[in-house]
Amino acid sequence: MTPLLDALFLQAGHNAALVAIGAGLLGYASGATGTFLFLRKRALLSDAAAHATLPGVALAFIVMVALGGDGRNLAGLLLGSAITAAIGLVTVQWIVAHTRLTEDAAIGAVLGVFFGVGVVLLTVIQTMSSGRQAGLEDFLLGSTAGMLRQDALVIAAGGALALALTWALRRPMTLVSFDADFATAAGYRVSRIDLMMMLAALVVTVIGLKVVGLVLIVALLIIPPVAARFWTESVGRMIWIAGAIGGISGYAGAAVSASAPNLPTGPIIVLMAAGVFVASLLFAPVRGVAAAFIRQRRFKARVHHRQGLLAIARQEPIRETFTLRLLQRENLIRADGVPTEAGRAAAAKVSRDERRWDIARRIHQDAGLTGRYDGLTPIEDVFTADEIQEFDRRIGPPVAVEG
Amino acid sequence: MGAEFVQFSLTPILIGILASVACALPGNFLILRRQALIGDAISHVVLPGIVVAFLLSGVVAAMPMLLGAAASAIVAVVLIELVKRVGQVEPGAAMGVVFTTLFAAGVLLLEQSDTSSVHLDVEHALMGNLESLIWLRAGGWGSLFDPVALATLPPELGRMALACAVMIALTLVFWRWLKIATFDEGFAEALGIPAAPLGFGLVIASALAAVAAFEAVGSIIVIAMFICPPAAARLMTSNLERQVLWSVVFATLSAVAGYVMAGYGPLWLGGSDSVSAAGMIAAVSGVILGLACLFGPHRQRVGAARSGGVG
Repeated sequence: MTPLLDALFLQAGHNAALVAIGAGLLGYASGATGTFLFLRKRALLSDAAAHATLPGVALAFIVMVALGGDGRNLAGLLLGSAITAAIGLVTVQWIVAHTRLTEDAAIGAVLGVFFGVGVVLLTVIQTMSSGRQAGLEDFLLGSTAGMLRQDALVIAAGGALALALTWALRRPMTLVSFDADFATAAGYRVSRIDLMMMLAALVVTVIGLKVVGLVLIVALLIIPPVAARFWTESVGRMIWIAGAIGGISGYAGAAVSASAPNLPTGPIIVLMAAGVFVASLLFAPVRGVAAAFIRQRRFKARVHHRQGLLAIARQEPIRETFTLRLLQRENLIRADGVPTEAGRAAAAKVSRDERRWDIARRIHQDAGLTGRYDGLTPIEDVFTADEIQEFDRRIGPPVAVEG
Repeated sequence: MGAEFVQFSLTPILIGILASVACALPGNFLILRRQALIGDAISHVVLPGIVVAFLLSGVVAAMPMLLGAAASAIVAVVLIELVKRVGQVEPGAAMGVVFTTLFAAGVLLLEQSDTSSVHLDVEHALMGNLESLIWLRAGGWGSLFDPVALATLPPELGRMALACAVMIALTLVFWRWLKIATFDEGFAEALGIPAAPLGFGLVIASALAAVAAFEAVGSIIVIAMFICPPAAARLMTSNLERQVLWSVVFATLSAVAGYVMAGYGPLWLGGSDSVSAAGMIAAVSGVILGLACLFGPHRQRVGAARSGGVG
């Protein structure tokens, strides 16, 4: 554990600390930025952008070498990747707007073709500078081994830019995500806001190439927002939660990766985020699987409880084992199936509730209130005491239930 | 077009054509069902499947790898459905979550296991090695009738031919069902066609085609061929029969032209080495799609304004 703790507390050397901070910042920016792509149901657009960076990286290398420079200058490579990724995104937009192909087909076509062109250019580079190892393959899966201080600064600056863009435009972006037609009617230029959304994702994609590579940056744009969605119903909060999930995954993933050999940074970060996603899916309140299961169990218990008491009120024997167990646990019924005093009282109360509901549904005009009858809701939750008194007057005095 | 062509180019071109057609056929239906990206997802998750198969069997052989890849494709499809249903996540994001996670797991497994001694790496998986599927024993066109030489054909050719034949057969057998269920699922169910299993079967068949093609030609061709030829064909006609035929023509054209341009293009331009055939085939299919987007007779939505309004 010690190497891991060292890495987590930035004590594992200069490079490991840089990578951890850089990956944390990247994760935060990508999680927050990806939120609107996800809400707009365009999460996989980031996949097209990411794959479309490859030809840009290769072209930038070729151009820089042709101009007599060092082809491996990171800023130059990132600039190239940003240009082709932007072309890729514009192409997707154009295909969707001008042909009858759907967005998923456009994304897939751009992704495959741009990546194919990138691979062709990579083989060109292999032949033109056979003596020099270009190392551009690192952009496929990321490589943090030689990360420099200026690389971390590039990530920080780009991340801050994407984050600022997302935060400044969160209101129009929310509007466009949930109701693009309304946004148009309210005077927003939807295409321009979409463009801004994609620009933010593009910036994150480009700065993520160095750390996690083009295949896995997609994961950092998609997984944190999907996980964050389980925890909140508010867009404003979702941005920060997604950012936090991405940031923690990035930081912890980089630390874990630095703590032992053969743990590549990109995949570890993605698997961290995936772990958070699975935990959210299972255990998030309200939307999580566990919460839904408990809700369902409670509902079932309520139905059985109520139906059991109604059976007692009608003096019918209860044979269903789950109901019997439920009522016995609350001491409403004895082990031999005979209701206790408390059971008879509860039964009388439930039976009265049913009768009140019968009257209420017969005489009350407001369907919005009487429509809330589901055989479970106590009538006190819906009608006022005065109204209930009126129902009681029509029913007559209470009647004791015989055991 | 002599002995050298038969030795070095005939089999890669044939394998390229078979792989392209095998992927393009199911791609037609995936595109119409808006599931075009399933090919992309499958080609990513194939990696962990292959790595696990290698770790379990200990050998780099075709059969365990195919099985592993097919199993991982099925696992991925099931996981995507699970995330979609249980988590109520929209399909695109569910796909993105699952395939990136599985891919990351595959890369991690690859790094952790001692596979450095064998030829198993991510780049190879992505880019394929179409160029290396040569037929060294061939002495010329006459070798096609020489059983001794035929026995040394690259085994990928036979497997790819089988996969392609299976895809053609499946398309023909289920043609009517696929056609009805793709355009009107409700009507299909009213007719008694099991639409949901059919949809699942389509995805599994696509996965098998992708896995078979992946082993021979890498994932770039798989992704591009699932989408580009059928998408271009869709812009050429509104008739499904003709669309499928067009897509086969486009896929074949991409494979042949892409391979030839990759192998001989640099020489014509004065270079000395060839470039990646897989990448070039994908690029050519993109050019074809681009031309179809600009000039295809049925490129616009029915009812869309000439000025290109969004319908």
